[in-house]
Amino acid sequence: MMAIYMFDGEKIDIRNLNVWFEDNHVLKDISLKIRGNTVTAVMGPSGCGKTTLIRAINRMNDVIEGSRTTGQIYVDGRDIYDSNSNVYDVRRKVGMVFQKPNPLPKSIYENVAFGPKIHKMARGKELDQVVEKSLREAALWDEVNNRLKDSAFELSGGQQQRLCIARALAVKPDVVLMDEPCSALDPAATSKIEQLIRVLSENYTVIIVTHNMQQAARVSDFTVFLYLGEIIEYGKTKNIFENPQNELTEKYITGEFG
Amino acid sequence: MIDAEKEESVAKILLWAVSLISVSSLFAIFTYIFLRGSKVINLEFLMTAPNPIFWAGGIFPQIVGSLYLVALCTAVATPLGISAAIFLSEYARNNFITKTTRFFILTLAGIPTIVIGLFGLTFLVYRLDFRVSLFSAGIALSFLTLPWTITVSEESMRAVPMEYREAALALGATKWQTTWHVVFKAAAPGIITGILLGIGKALGETTIPLMCGGSGLETFLPRSLFEPVGGLPVYTFIFATQGNVSSAVDRAFGGSLVLTLMFLVLSASALVVRNRYQKKLRK
Repeated sequence: MMAIYMFDGEKIDIRNLNVWFEDNHVLKDISLKIRGNTVTAVMGPSGCGKTTLIRAINRMNDVIEGSRTTGQIYVDGRDIYDSNSNVYDVRRKVGMVFQKPNPLPKSIYENVAFGPKIHKMARGKELDQVVEKSLREAALWDEVNNRLKDSAFELSGGQQQRLCIARALAVKPDVVLMDEPCSALDPAATSKIEQLIRVLSENYTVIIVTHNMQQAARVSDFTVFLYLGEIIEYGKTKNIFENPQNELTEKYITGEFG
Repeated sequence: MIDAEKEESVAKILLWAVSLISVSSLFAIFTYIFLRGSKVINLEFLMTAPNPIFWAGGIFPQIVGSLYLVALCTAVATPLGISAAIFLSEYARNNFITKTTRFFILTLAGIPTIVIGLFGLTFLVYRLDFRVSLFSAGIALSFLTLPWTITVSEESMRAVPMEYREAALALGATKWQTTWHVVFKAAAPGIITGILLGIGKALGETTIPLMCGGSGLETFLPRSLFEPVGGLPVYTFIFATQGNVSSAVDRAFGGSLVLTLMFLVLSASALVVRNRYQKKLRK
């Protein structure tokens, strides 16, 4: 049956998404609508497909040999898995921050400038401005503005992760995907990133994978609970935590498994 | 019964003694070459042509010839080797064909140089009629260094963490942009080491230039790619095998010493490049 798609204003609309790695059916028939300028937390036990779900939204699963995806993901009403869609454009528009801070072996400046450079978005003075704006947005500018030429590896873990956020923002995305961005960080650095996520949601649609339920409760407007590749429950974070509809969700939240 | 402490000290002494033997044998070789070679080395020896009639003269055309051979070999092998390495590391799927290719390249890296020499002589020199020349020897030498360049470059690129690639790809970089701006740059110290390793092998190679390049007794610099160039190792071989002429053997030591010093410069520059890059790139 051909599905006729009606765009109803959701930022991201995932329809019947299935992902396999070789014979392993990782995501099963996921359908999900995500509103713009909100923070959505994706929660669930290890191996439930959280990371695969967000990597589907910027087609980073394509990079993995042996992966196969069916279904549609509409971003602003356009299916990113359509044969006419340009994967490089998709990834520019849907940025990603990884679990472990992964600055490139370049200077702080070059890390942020990398994206705008390859997309030929800015150069010279204009590029300097993009770098500054992105670093400010990632709340890192004040800490690094006098040492932009230093290696990114000289920054602390938390600073590196904010640098990765700045790098993602520099190509002017609409959506920012974050894959457990604080799992390698100490509590102080974590709290900074969490504050930042709240601020970012004013201008971006943020989807964050997290293991940490308190974190999901603190930063997100909506929560998806994923179990064995299926959506068990999806709704306002407040409702999910205070009044879970599904027994599995309740068990997970109360720490009976996870 | 041996108690543990005794065993420990015996092992320590034995290992120490064996290391001392191996290190001192290297030291002995270098000292011997230095003592005998330094007797003949002076500006005239370095700046004049050999005189094969009286087993006299200098090694100027041989020094320059060796540099030419190495330059030609490197100019051919480096772009080919790096391209192949990029393909194997970044583009080829990790399947049976890729693994077989990798195995063959590794095997080629250990092929006896006489085999390459024979191929160069029959194919490049006779069949394609490039004559016994700088060109034939340079190309044949590149067969020797190519597998090294490929293997070392590929390994350096494969050692670049996946996170770097993902960082670039997630920003919307194409595979080529990722390969060129991220993987290749991060692997640069290893690749440069691979190239220098190749240069070292080509510089010291005797068999291939002897069969395809020249007699090592050239008295003039080549005026074209198709004139003979033997280089320093061949010169050393020819002069060293004139057992009854002491002036010849002395000169062979002179040639060896110059060759050894060239190696020293090469390894030192490899070390400098590595350290500089590592400081720049790594934590």
